[in-house]
Amino acid sequence: MTDRTHARLLILAVLVMSLVVTLAARAFSLQVAGADQARAAASDNRERALVLPATRGLVLDQLGRPLATNRIALDVSVARRELRRLDDAEAVLGRLAALLRIDPATLAARLENCGTPRARPQPDCWNGAPGADPVVARDIGVERAGVILAAPADYPAVTVLESAVRHYPGGTRAAHVLGHVGRVTAEDLAARADLDGIATIGRAGLEEQYDAELRGRPGLERVVVDSAGHRQSGGVVEPAEPGQTLVTTIDLSLQAVLEEQLEAAVTRARGRVDPVTRRPYEADGAAAVVLDVRTGAVLAMASAPTFDANVWTGGISSADYAALTDAAAGQPLLNRPLQAALPPASSFKVVSTAAALQAGWSPTDAYDCPSRYRTGGRWFRNYESRAHGSITLARSLEVSCDTVYYRLADQLWQADGGSDPVEEPRELVASTAADFGFGAATGIDLPGERAGRVPSRAAKRALWQERRDDWCRRADTGYPEIADAERARYLRQLAQEQCVDGMRWRVGDALNAAIGQGDTAATVLQVAVAYAAVANGGTRWRPHLARALLDADGSVVRSVEPQALGTLDVPAEDLAFLRRALRGVIEDGTARGAFAGFPVDAVPIAGKTGTAEVFGKQSTSWFASFAPADDPRYAVVMMVEQGGTGAFTSGRSVRQVYEAIFGVRDGVADPARSVLVGGDVADGPPVLGPDGVPRVPGGAGSERGAGP
Amino acid sequence: MTVLRTAPPVPARVAPPPLRAWDWPLVLAAASLAVLGAALVWSATAAELAAAGRWQGSYGLRHAVNLVLGLALCWAVSRLGHRAIRRTTPVLYGASLVGLLLVLSPMGSTVNGAQAWIRLPAGFSIQPSELAKVSVIVAVALVLADRDPREAPDLRTLGRALAIAAVPAGLVLLQPDLGTVLVIGAIVAGMLALAGVRAQHLLVLAAAAAAAVAAAFLLGMVDQYQVDRLTAFARPEEGARTFGYNTQQARIAIGAGGVLGQGLGQGSQTQGGFVPFNHTDFVFSVAGEELGFVGVCVLLGLLAVVLWRGLLIALRARDLFGRLVASGVVLWVALQSFENIGMNLGIMPVTGVPLPFVSYGGSSMFAVWIGIGLLLNVHAGATADD
Repeated sequence: MTDRTHARLLILAVLVMSLVVTLAARAFSLQVAGADQARAAASDNRERALVLPATRGLVLDQLGRPLATNRIALDVSVARRELRRLDDAEAVLGRLAALLRIDPATLAARLENCGTPRARPQPDCWNGAPGADPVVARDIGVERAGVILAAPADYPAVTVLESAVRHYPGGTRAAHVLGHVGRVTAEDLAARADLDGIATIGRAGLEEQYDAELRGRPGLERVVVDSAGHRQSGGVVEPAEPGQTLVTTIDLSLQAVLEEQLEAAVTRARGRVDPVTRRPYEADGAAAVVLDVRTGAVLAMASAPTFDANVWTGGISSADYAALTDAAAGQPLLNRPLQAALPPASSFKVVSTAAALQAGWSPTDAYDCPSRYRTGGRWFRNYESRAHGSITLARSLEVSCDTVYYRLADQLWQADGGSDPVEEPRELVASTAADFGFGAATGIDLPGERAGRVPSRAAKRALWQERRDDWCRRADTGYPEIADAERARYLRQLAQEQCVDGMRWRVGDALNAAIGQGDTAATVLQVAVAYAAVANGGTRWRPHLARALLDADGSVVRSVEPQALGTLDVPAEDLAFLRRALRGVIEDGTARGAFAGFPVDAVPIAGKTGTAEVFGKQSTSWFASFAPADDPRYAVVMMVEQGGTGAFTSGRSVRQVYEAIFGVRDGVADPARSVLVGGDVADGPPVLGPDGVPRVPGGAGSERGAGP
Repeated sequence: MTVLRTAPPVPARVAPPPLRAWDWPLVLAAASLAVLGAALVWSATAAELAAAGRWQGSYGLRHAVNLVLGLALCWAVSRLGHRAIRRTTPVLYGASLVGLLLVLSPMGSTVNGAQAWIRLPAGFSIQPSELAKVSVIVAVALVLADRDPREAPDLRTLGRALAIAAVPAGLVLLQPDLGTVLVIGAIVAGMLALAGVRAQHLLVLAAAAAAAVAAAFLLGMVDQYQVDRLTAFARPEEGARTFGYNTQQARIAIGAGGVLGQGLGQGSQTQGGFVPFNHTDFVFSVAGEELGFVGVCVLLGLLAVVLWRGLLIALRARDLFGRLVASGVVLWVALQSFENIGMNLGIMPVTGVPLPFVSYGGSSMFAVWIGIGLLLNVHAGATADD
């Protein structure tokens, strides 16, 4: 053998062995020095934290009948990481798009996180947690889900998920009270840490108010997956905690009656021609509420126009949303009993009457009720310009005589110094109104309540300071955008007066305020709370919808106790006087016609009509009441915007509500026929069975109106 | 005085060498690698087979069966005489050429972009390029040894050797399987250097090879697929859809093994199927993850024993042919192992070459045991004369 090959072979041996050493050195650097990093990468590969959604709590009526429940929807999600690994990702997306009947480009767009440069606007982008698998279609139905599940090989990286979606079995029933839920968006997650892992949150109504209780706590599961994202093993780290069940004070049957009657009032108004505008009443919005005067519990609350609460499920379409917020359609989303503040007109006269008694007017003396009243160089007309002669305060409430209250307001205005006010004016009407709860939110457990307004010297000055610049500008420029020349001229004149003199509390302001007109604005709920206080002897209860919160096993987590907002600063005998006078309204006053044939001897009703004049609009119909007048239990208030007179439009419907509550048929009241099971409000929260389903007692009225 | 004449020498070998003349450390190390391979293949494929409703050990067992068949081939080759080898070589060489041609015909089937397989009935398939490696080694050795060993090979010899290597290499390039072409080229280059080819000739050859590679790229003879695959190791973070994913996942698997490994059948990367081809080209990643640095050292140690025994056989070879064949086989195992493991460790480009003895695949197993058989044959020739 030659030395030549021998030497070269030795070189080869060195080279070969150095290759092995090189590999060993590289393995050392990866496995010993870089092990931690690699292990982190490996666990990131295979471990996924899965959120176990919590079942949202039910919302029940006072007897346990369901108002809001859950149903299972089938959603489609795409695992982006796995999709990118596929060689035929485009084909997979194409198949999926065809199945879902959407454009493949739209489907691809839904895989992009919202807000990233390539993302399309919502809803065609992923608005959930940026790292989560995007849900590209919701509630696809069993058939299409079956296609995916039957052929997993055709749909790699595609998963069908079950999700619980909110369902409102009653559709429009109590839609405003219940509100709705919405998807948690990326913005929500950025703003609120407590929403981690939460899919839906309440966006309105009770769903929003009691969201923290209803939504429960999501659980966590750690899952080991393979390279295709398929689950290999896993364990629940923390089980989901279902949301609590909200038992409301709503009585589903009574709610149905109230909604029916509110709709009837709207229809009744629309069938009548307004003598002022010579057009049928628009009746473009209406509200009603039934309170338990002893507790402030809201037994029923209705708002018109209404909508199907289920339109929100699975995300609302933009067309639906536009329709729900359209002013021309009457803004159906507005929960009018607490979100529409309007002049309460004569229903406000309980306040003025209490103020009159406070001011020393006698409940027995007679006061003049002319057809018009002159003060400050102007005539102020009585309603429909009727004169009633010399009448008592009670009678002036019964016939709703404005001029009696004009005189009262004029006297009080003068006593406060007139247009040159004293140091600390009493403002008796305004302070009595505040005492009755006007001008402040009642604090009901619903979001978005409006406070309304009580006009006063101070309030007017504040308002003027706020609006002066605008008025003065308008005094200068006029209202060129208004086509009606006369109206534009009137508005300009008003602006000129307000610019110069708007801070001054004039006698006309005082007169308007005393009959619940002018700047006075109140919600149906405020009026109901005030009437309930008159009814129950002077306690203003906080109106509330929650009765109790129950655990999944039915045990009471929290029971809502009635909460007093305050006590009326009105002597007991004055309240008794008011109750008698309001009873007279029904039996021998403005609401006599509406209650003709009602068994008032068995069930005396106390009430007050109101027909408010609103500038540029048709009059607002009000009816505020409670019953039985001698032992009050329920307060019922109804209001119809541009609805005509209080008695005709609202009064008749309220009468029907009382007939349902007291089981009146053919002029005879029978508690056994009451729409309320047992003729009364339930004593305690409903009992849930071991399956979490409430045991609903049957009753005479339970079938009535409970259906859609 | 009587001159006692000694009897004429008995021919060195009339009977084939007995098994005890085998280089047992070599055989045992190589067989251990194959047994280790069977365990790794089993682990890599168990989950997927179970998911497909098949027995989870079927690939591992087949690997073991391949080992037994390989050992039989090895035994047979080790018994061949010098002349038998000379006679068999053209047949082997011709067979591999036919195989390589068949692969390019409609009979061939494509796996991962390279048309490298002939599918046979009953789910079997053979890869003629593996056989081509052995036949090139023996044929080149025959050509280079057919001269006076004291002199450097002349240009004619050099040309013949190159031509013998170029034909199969060209056919493999058409598949295209660049990895195998590079391995064949490197083996032949090493053998030429060992055979004493002059340094200036080697330099010219290197320049020509570089020019050929450049031409192949420029003339578009190499698919973009091949280029991407070759260069992916330099861009490890490029992401999922490219070949960077393979090497990235393999490196994660190996690194996650740490010192002691996660235990056979316990590696999450392996069992979760995160490393594609981890029973064939990426089988080393299974060793890395599940057996750890310790297991890797055992594997590299066994490989070192095989290479060391092969080098010893080459050094002790009685003739130039034996020495060239032995060093050719050593070069083959060394280069292919380095390329394969280096690819797993992310220091070599991704080319589809298997890890000898360990990667699943019958053709590779049989070819490499034929190589061991050739080493044993050379070993027997050397020891018989000692």
